[in-house]
Amino acid sequence: MKYLSKLHQALAEGHFAVTAEIGPPKHASAQGVIRHAQMLQSCVDAANITDCQTAIVRLSSIAAGAHILGCGVEPIVQMTCRDRNRIAIQADLLGAYSLGMRNLLCLSGDHQKFGNHPSAKNVYDLDSVQLISLMRRMRDESKFFCGEEIKEHEPRFFIGAVANPFADPFEYRVDRLEKKIEAGAQFIQTQCVFDMERFERFMEMVRARGLDQRAHILAGVTPLKSWRAARYLQTGVSGMIVPDTLVERLKNAADPKEGIKVCIEQIRHIKEKVRGVHGVHIMAIAWEEAVPEIAERAGLLPRPGLQRRAESID
Amino acid sequence: MIKAQQKDIREIAGMVEGCHKVLLAGCGGCVTVCLAGGEKETEIAARALRLIRKRSGKPLETVTYVATRQCEPEFLAPLDELVKDVDAVISLACGVGVQCLAERYQDKWVVPALDTKFAGGSKETGVWEERCGLCGDCILHKTGGICPVVRCSKSILNGPCGGSQHGKCELGQDIDCAWQLIYDRMKALGRLSELTAVQPPKDWSKARDGGPRRLIREDLIADEISE
Repeated sequence: MKYLSKLHQALAEGHFAVTAEIGPPKHASAQGVIRHAQMLQSCVDAANITDCQTAIVRLSSIAAGAHILGCGVEPIVQMTCRDRNRIAIQADLLGAYSLGMRNLLCLSGDHQKFGNHPSAKNVYDLDSVQLISLMRRMRDESKFFCGEEIKEHEPRFFIGAVANPFADPFEYRVDRLEKKIEAGAQFIQTQCVFDMERFERFMEMVRARGLDQRAHILAGVTPLKSWRAARYLQTGVSGMIVPDTLVERLKNAADPKEGIKVCIEQIRHIKEKVRGVHGVHIMAIAWEEAVPEIAERAGLLPRPGLQRRAESID
Repeated sequence: MIKAQQKDIREIAGMVEGCHKVLLAGCGGCVTVCLAGGEKETEIAARALRLIRKRSGKPLETVTYVATRQCEPEFLAPLDELVKDVDAVISLACGVGVQCLAERYQDKWVVPALDTKFAGGSKETGVWEERCGLCGDCILHKTGGICPVVRCSKSILNGPCGGSQHGKCELGQDIDCAWQLIYDRMKALGRLSELTAVQPPKDWSKARDGGPRRLIREDLIADEISE
């Protein structure tokens, strides 16, 4: 079988996958991105490259993807619907594929109000579900969105999407996940899990509908650097649930690396106890150097058969 | 209906700075309903302008007239006489009214007194909220009578996005999540299953098809000829 990407193969072969996140800089040098990629190289299967996260202008996700590919890290290019219409999206998909990108993650994108250009006009010509289905159409039907045939070299991405079990309406989150899978999403990365009980209830509904059989679900985890960071996510970010007990634990901890310890416990719990989850997505916000330690101590290393898998990529 | 809000009176005064006599034209349509450009508001604006000019030592003469609807040429004829001896016309109608006057009075300086805000309805006394994006391709039958195009901050057709929590939009507690409202209503009506279909991208050509959109009713045109 030909795989669309290394990540695709790792998941298809049943490995518990590990992905992490690299946020491009607010300047025109790739040095930081490259340093970051080198740090992650041996401990992840692929790394997300965020697309102007929180609507702040940054080095483009596709360009950053090209840089990290050179470091031997497979990129998961994030693409939001906020800044591009259907013409620009397709052009970027062709361009990203031509540069060797093989994984693409579709998101709505944070509203521009949260960023450094709040007066910008948002696009949202497509939403994330539509972006997924249109990408599948390009790959499986060799057609542009308009229906015109892509005569050769259609972009063949491993298509990813996100799900947020902590947003409302809770039950409808599973419907919407199904909608994304129906549209063509093959892997799903979730919002950071802090409320394990709610995540488990979410996964129960996901399993009941067999969605874990139709897409690979990677649970998002985040090591919290301090109790203040936890409090901020709890009160300042919509669509997050951070239990008080976690905030208190971090507040009372003597170890400055308590957040790493919590994250490792979460990963172990998810891997051993939550059925239907096929990997973790470690979002170490402003704490990137924590990822290798987390992967190591959570027993996720070494990552399996990178070389062998690389050979069978389409 | 169209909702509008009067500009700061000093801004309006600035638009007619060099004029000696102006006509303030109100409108009896939408802007009367939202208390921005009806008879009362037109008189108040005229008085305020005269006062500002009097204080600056350059008195202004004003005439006022409220057309039944500024967007219909048939209601504008009474303005023709009044316009003749003024230096400028200040329209207290929506942007449509301003343009109808500018089109009719080619040699006159026509300025807007209002900011045209949106097509919406009344929530409570003094509070109006947008309800229609005038997109030209209504989907309210698919979304439980709640429009995600204008009521969702991202105009998402397959919502809600991950920022919806406790029924509110990620942008703030004062914005209801349109998709929570849609979900609740469809659930109450026993029609949740209708939300599972992937809604295709919108055909924006119905909204921005180059130049002003035009509506042609051939049945009405034909009637007029036969009469």
